[in-house]
Parts: sequence; structure tokens; C-alpha cells
Amino acid sequence: MKRVYVNEEWCLGCHLCEYNCAFANSGLKYMYDLKGARIFPRIHVEGDDKITFAVSCRHCTDPICVKSCIAGAISEKDGVVRIDRNKCVGCLTCVLVCPYGALAPGEDGIMQKCELCVSNKDGYPACVSGCPNKAIVFEERGADI
Amino acid sequence: MKKYVIIGNGAAAVGCIEGIRSVDPDGEITVLSKENHHVYSRPLISYYLEGKTDTERMKYRADDFYDKMNCAVKYGVSASCISPDEKTVTADGKENFGYDALCCCTGSRPFVPPFEGLDTVTKKFTFMTLDDALELEKTLKKDDRVLIVGAGLIGLKCAEGIYGRVGQITVCDLADRVLSSILDCDCAAVVQKKLEEKGLRFLLSDSAVKFDKNVAYMKSGAEVNFDALILALGVRANTELIKQAGGEVNRGIIIDTKMQTSLPGVYAAGDCAEGYDQSIGANRVLAIMPNAYMQGFTAGVNMAGGDAVFDNAVPMNSIGFFGFHIMTAGAYGGEMSEEKGDGTLKRFYTKDGYLTGFILLGQTERAGIYTSLIRERIPLDTLDFESLKKFAAYSIFSPEIRRKKLGGVV
Repeated sequence: MKRVYVNEEWCLGCHLCEYNCAFANSGLKYMYDLKGARIFPRIHVEGDDKITFAVSCRHCTDPICVKSCIAGAISEKDGVVRIDRNKCVGCLTCVLVCPYGALAPGEDGIMQKCELCVSNKDGYPACVSGCPNKAIVFEERGADI
Repeated sequence: MKKYVIIGNGAAAVGCIEGIRSVDPDGEITVLSKENHHVYSRPLISYYLEGKTDTERMKYRADDFYDKMNCAVKYGVSASCISPDEKTVTADGKENFGYDALCCCTGSRPFVPPFEGLDTVTKKFTFMTLDDALELEKTLKKDDRVLIVGAGLIGLKCAEGIYGRVGQITVCDLADRVLSSILDCDCAAVVQKKLEEKGLRFLLSDSAVKFDKNVAYMKSGAEVNFDALILALGVRANTELIKQAGGEVNRGIIIDTKMQTSLPGVYAAGDCAEGYDQSIGANRVLAIMPNAYMQGFTAGVNMAGGDAVFDNAVPMNSIGFFGFHIMTAGAYGGEMSEEKGDGTLKRFYTKDGYLTGFILLGQTERAGIYTSLIRERIPLDTLDFESLKKFAAYSIFSPEIRRKKLGGVV
């Protein structure tokens, strides 16, 4: 299945993916409504003065967050790992187990994660379509186990 | 067609069902559930009392879960005996269920010592099941003085849960600190202070020895008046069925890394079982929910003829009180180093060049990166551990590890 990958040699560290992610999942009509707002993106750029890259959910083939969620709020369907925010109580067990550090609470303290934009208005990962240097790609790599 | 019987209906049972179905779509699965509830998350009962969830949302799996998994659940049914030679489970002393593979997911029960005068206390509770929470919800009144015996995970989560419903909460424990099973003295002191700021009262290195109606007489000589008493002194694994059937039992049912007990065709998973703990290199009961699911899943795969092992379990806890988050994992031996921040404290334990455990107070972002260092035994000399201690990040890994972990299907 297709997943989001970041080619770190092309990443500019511009953080645009964070804005595109926050906007795609915000339900807001215009990007400028995010001006001045604290954003809670599901992808995070990290790095230092030498290298930068973005990290988001890997949609693991054997997702430990799904197995660990004490509320049964995280599930996997067709390879996409999703969270039912209505069930999540914010215990952060998923944060404790995700080896990629890919889950973080949203503004309300309830967890959120990358769901490959499958259910927002974009329907295609906004971090990918908005990456100015095409460092973030949505593609098939290797076989799913 | 293979016949599977699962005793119990908690997280381990769900893991077991999903594990079986990942291998065998057709076999006949029967679940014996003592509780009359659709599978729900027990650790959520404190969130229920706090008003953060409800009985609908507490369901660990959707309403159609058993249908979709094509399994039969017998509610209100208790297994009374396992006959390993006949390969049957007897329920409530009458009905027999035959099995090819059996999984014991019987969980644990609250440990209540025989306190003198406990029978004179009218409002007393344990805190483990949904029914316990519903009973507390019904009984507690806003001016009640509550005494909680036990300052462990259950006692303190209960305190947080009932906080908005009662007048005063006192917590006592024989241990010299709160959360003594997961925190050292310094870290426990930080947490205790946070809780005291919310108005909780603690009596530590002290416990009740005797009760008389609404008074607890403490070891120290102190007397505590209360309207409701909550007993949270820990839990005991439900091992009796396996023991009576001749299976090997210690504090929990002894299982190997395939979750098999010493009885052929009989598996065990969850709080009732004593499985391999990587952090100490020996078996012990790891009564935590993720572990229950993963043990259950592993058991299910093997019951259905697959080949699964679960050999990298470590103790880990993510627990929060009034918005202050605590995460712990692994074992605390070896060398300790710490990072202090504004209202945060992180302690890391290393041994022979590996991270073996940690305690994080107040700063828990991306903690799973730390956990993965323990579980995957990643040598610390392959990464920038000094930076990692400050912030959990992927940039501290070598480009090769990063490429492997972030660049392909994992």
C-alpha cells in the first residue's frame, strides 16, 4: 500500500507540511485562518542545522499502538491506522509505545495521528501535495508483510 | 473444524480472538464471560467516574465485534473446572465445553486482607470492574470523606476518578511513597506534591490495621474517620483453574514465550499469567493492558496452529493525574542519569551500553522512542544519547538507522 515517506536529502525544513496538515484536518475554509493560531499537525519536522526531515505515522504492518490502546480507540483498516477520537481518553499509552513518536495530543488533549488524509476533504496526503521540494512522497515501497 | 474455548472476556480474550482469526477464519470460538458486559476497558473506570467517557465509549471493541469474529459469548458464565485429559471446561459445575485449544484469560481480583472489623464497614468498595465504578457512582455523596487504602496505580486513579464527587480524600499506604511499584522516592515525592496541591491527604508508611464502622485505626495510632472506604491494596492473579487442573502456577500461571502453559493445548494470557519479562530476564506477572492484548494475540495465533512468540515484553505504564503525565518503562538498575526541567523530571537507567529503564514526569513527548531503545535493545553508542535525553527525536539516530526505520515498510 502507499505510504508517506520523506526524502531527507530534499527536505528544506520549511515546516510547510505541518501547516498543510493542520489546515487539511482543521475544517477551516481558508489557510489564513491559521495565522497566529497554535497548530497541532500530525506530521513534525525535526532535525538540526545539517539535516531536516518530517516524521508522521508509518502505518506499521504490525502496529503496536493498536495492540496497546487501552480504550480500543486505535484500529487498522485496509492498512491505515486510525484513531476514534470519541473513545480516546488521553492516557497517552500510544505515545509510550510508538517507536516513531508519531502520535501527539491535539488541542483538546485527545490523541491524533496521521490517517493519510483518507477522511478529510483532501483525500490525498496534504503534506505530500504541498511539499514545495517534493521531498515528501506518497508511494509504494517494498511489500507489505 | 477446530474448537477454541476462551475463559474470560477482557483485553487478553480479545487479543486471543483476533489472534485465532488471523490464522483460522472458520474454527468455532466460545468465550465464557463471567461479567454480564460486552467487553469493556477496565482501566477506563476511573475516567468514567471523572466523566471523561461513558459505558458506550468504554467498549473495548464495537458492538458487532463477536459477530464479525464469528464467536459465541456466554455471558454470566463462570468456568469451574478444566479437565485437561478430556479436553473440556466445565462451567458453573454443569455445562461442558470441549476444546482443541483453550486460553485462560481469567485476569486478577482485588487483594483484600482480613482486616479486623472490616465487616462492620457498610460502605466499602474495591476498584476494578465496571460494576465497582457504577456502585461508587451510585453511592458516593458530595460531602463524603473517603479513605483509600493503597497509594498504587489503582488507588490513585480511583482518587482522581472520584475527586469531583466527594468532599475529602485520604490515601494511606504501608509503603513510604506513592506509586511505589513504578516510582523511586524522588519521583514519587514530585507526584505526591502535585496530588497534595489538589487537596489529597496522604498517610504513608502507615496503614489501617482495624476498622470499626466509620473509623480506621492506623498502625501509627492515628484514627481516620470516613464515610466510604476503598480497598486498593493490589491484585492477585486468578490461577486456580489451571492449578486444580495440575498446571504449573507461581504468582501467575506459568507460560512460555508462546503463551503455552504446562498443560498441553492450554494457553494463558493477561493478568492471570506469568510470562517472560525482558527487562529482568525472567518470568513475572505484568498486569498491564497492552501486555494482556499482546499475550492474548500470541496465544491465539499459536492455538490456531500458527507460530508466534512474544519475548520482548517489558513493564511500562502511562498514567496521568489531573493533567500531569507520568511514563515509566523497564527496570531501574544500573547507572542513572537525569534531566530536570521546569516542573519536569526525567530519569534514565543504563547498563552495559543499553537503556534499561526510564521514568518521565511531566515531559512525555515521543516517549515511545525511548521505549523502543529498551525493547529493541539498540546500543546507545550508535546514537546521540546525550541529545536524546533532552528531547526524544529521530535525528539522534545514525542516517542508516533512520533510513531503515523511516524509509521503508515497517
